[in-house]
Amino acid sequence: MTMLRHAAAIAAKDLRSEFRTKESINSTLSFSVVILLLFSFAFDPSPDMIAEFGGGLLWMVFAFAGALIVNRSFARELPNDCIDVLVASPASGASLFLGKAVACFVLLFGIECICLPVFGIFYNITWWRSLWALLGVLALGTWALACVGTFFSALTVNLRLRELMLPMLLYPMLIPALLSVMMLTNTLLTGQALPPDFSVWLRLLVGFNIMFTTLSVYLAETILVR
Amino acid sequence: MRTKVILGLGAVALPLLLRNLYVIMFLVPDEMEQGPIYRIFFYHLPAFLVAAVGYLTAMVASVMYLVKKDQKYDAIAVAATETALAFAAVNLVTGMIWGRIIWGIWWAWDPRLTWALISWLVYFGYLMLRSAIDDPTERAKNSAVLSIFGSASVAVTWKAIEWWRTQHPGPVLSIRTGGVQKIDPMMENMIYVNFLALLLLGVIFMLVRLRQEEAQREIDALRRYAHAMN
Repeated sequence: MTMLRHAAAIAAKDLRSEFRTKESINSTLSFSVVILLLFSFAFDPSPDMIAEFGGGLLWMVFAFAGALIVNRSFARELPNDCIDVLVASPASGASLFLGKAVACFVLLFGIECICLPVFGIFYNITWWRSLWALLGVLALGTWALACVGTFFSALTVNLRLRELMLPMLLYPMLIPALLSVMMLTNTLLTGQALPPDFSVWLRLLVGFNIMFTTLSVYLAETILVR
Repeated sequence: MRTKVILGLGAVALPLLLRNLYVIMFLVPDEMEQGPIYRIFFYHLPAFLVAAVGYLTAMVASVMYLVKKDQKYDAIAVAATETALAFAAVNLVTGMIWGRIIWGIWWAWDPRLTWALISWLVYFGYLMLRSAIDDPTERAKNSAVLSIFGSASVAVTWKAIEWWRTQHPGPVLSIRTGGVQKIDPMMENMIYVNFLALLLLGVIFMLVRLRQEEAQREIDALRRYAHAMN
């Protein structure tokens, strides 16, 4: 219970700090819109093509945006050695990690909720036909990105070339989750009938989240304490 | 002592590898549908198995490092990972050559192939992470954690064939098919014998790499000592 209270306090601190400065929100939002725009030059966005890989495009945007958000998660604690103060505080490594992961999740999910209608307008998709299921899948995919991303942000926070190392380590590890969430989003976004392997992808995504959340919470203390 | 072990293993591995090459090329008959190219399978699958053993060794050594905080386990983990990456590369390349002949394409985004590549990238990231950290304790700790994460990815690779429909050939070894004989017993035995030969080769590579790693650590320690004395 104490761990959750500490995690909530850290998440609230991160969110408050971000809403005051808006440095990650503004840059990530504008970056996402720029990528959405660039996709329209890469191919002719016909309805058939969008129905085929709209979910994939959307998650590529979210994955790039997610890397920006999670990269800042621990890096924002580097000035004035704030990270050492946080580690020395009564909050455990696991609660520190969980709080930061929750803050990243909230920020990223908010950005996704803004990008989704923009995507619908740009590419002419009526994305709200399975709204609740779509939001559920987005939440699961976002948690995978936020959880593993925050953990790797802690792992790489003191490295040279941190901005390069984080995506290089993060994306290969995230592929199972991204693959599942792309397949699920693709189906739900375009309102197609659910394919027979729908539950396989859903189980894979849920399993990935459980496995990597458990590993991250268990190993967070090891990574953070120097 | 270790030199003698390496030479001893080499004395067993070399004749075995040559004998296996002879049997694979001249004694084992052609496969009915694929013709002679199927022989690549005698290296493709054992190379994957040796890589899997290497990944597993790296994971166990990484867990041991986190428990015992002994640099010896970190050296074992890095030696095992580098050896596993070499064998995983052999697995990927032989698979691509086979795919070019049988499927007509070098690469298919089939789940098992994709996952083999992902595993390779994950462990390559492990080596990149190591090269980016100067402090030995910090490097050992962070890379041990990454290795544990990587092993979760490799576990999914291993199970991937059961989870997805795939164009990759299904399991053929009787230990994976519940005793059902899908290939000629002579061919199956050859896979096990060549796995043993490649495993011995892998152990030799790992021991040589381990010795290099230990020598490097000794040099680094002496350099730090000399620096402190000045």
